[in-house]
Amino acid sequence: MPAAPDALFKTLADPTRRAIFERLAVGGEQTVHALTDNAGVSQPAVSKHLALLKGAGLVRDRREGRETHYSADPTALRPLIDWMSLMGAFWEGRFDALENLLDRMDQ
Amino acid sequence: MTETIAPARSIVVERTMPHSPEKIWRALTSAPLVAEWLMQNDFAPTVGHRFHFRSTPMQGWNGVTDCEVLEVQPPTRLIYSWNASGEQAADGLKTIVTWTLTPVAGGALVRMEQAGFRPEDEMGFRAMGGGWPRILGRLEDVTANLT
Repeated sequence: MPAAPDALFKTLADPTRRAIFERLAVGGEQTVHALTDNAGVSQPAVSKHLALLKGAGLVRDRREGRETHYSADPTALRPLIDWMSLMGAFWEGRFDALENLLDRMDQ
Repeated sequence: MTETIAPARSIVVERTMPHSPEKIWRALTSAPLVAEWLMQNDFAPTVGHRFHFRSTPMQGWNGVTDCEVLEVQPPTRLIYSWNASGEQAADGLKTIVTWTLTPVAGGALVRMEQAGFRPEDEMGFRAMGGGWPRILGRLEDVTANLT
């Protein structure tokens, strides 16, 4: 059972966490050290983010020697990349913009 | 094995807005106003008028939506088609967007239904943009709206 969309969104709403996830998704498997070099935050912070991503099923880890290698799990994103939910989000955003315009319009 | 044909699906978004139906109607049918909240367009509230919505093209998507005005009933009902364009027209999206404005106390209920999504539209969407970069870009848009 994949994580609910809300839980996935919550996990990915944090910009640092999303950046780490994106690096793994685009760049492939990496160690904490490699991720820390580019994350702009401390290694414990990166490890904490990785644990949360793993908890949401977005990231897998693989132990090799003394290093743990992390990779993104694309199947975890399935609830989020559903065409219909994205189109729904598109229209919700347009409704927000419409309301914003109406607030600015004269009667 | 027999092939089952999944029914087309719709997206419905409804919201009560504290504005008169007449005012909302203007926002839905004046091309410059529509451009402010939806997309650049050459819409005109005339049945049979063909127009386009234009957005930034992306890999696998030319950014242009082909539309035709199908029904205009001020200030309650507006219907237009919403289809893929150009080379993507043949296999792409063929949907109908229906706007319904219903007066309620203190404003109007705005209802948008986009109908006619087929399962293959989802496949096309998944193929579109070649995976990660596009999905991640969309993720950013969606999560940006979270509080």
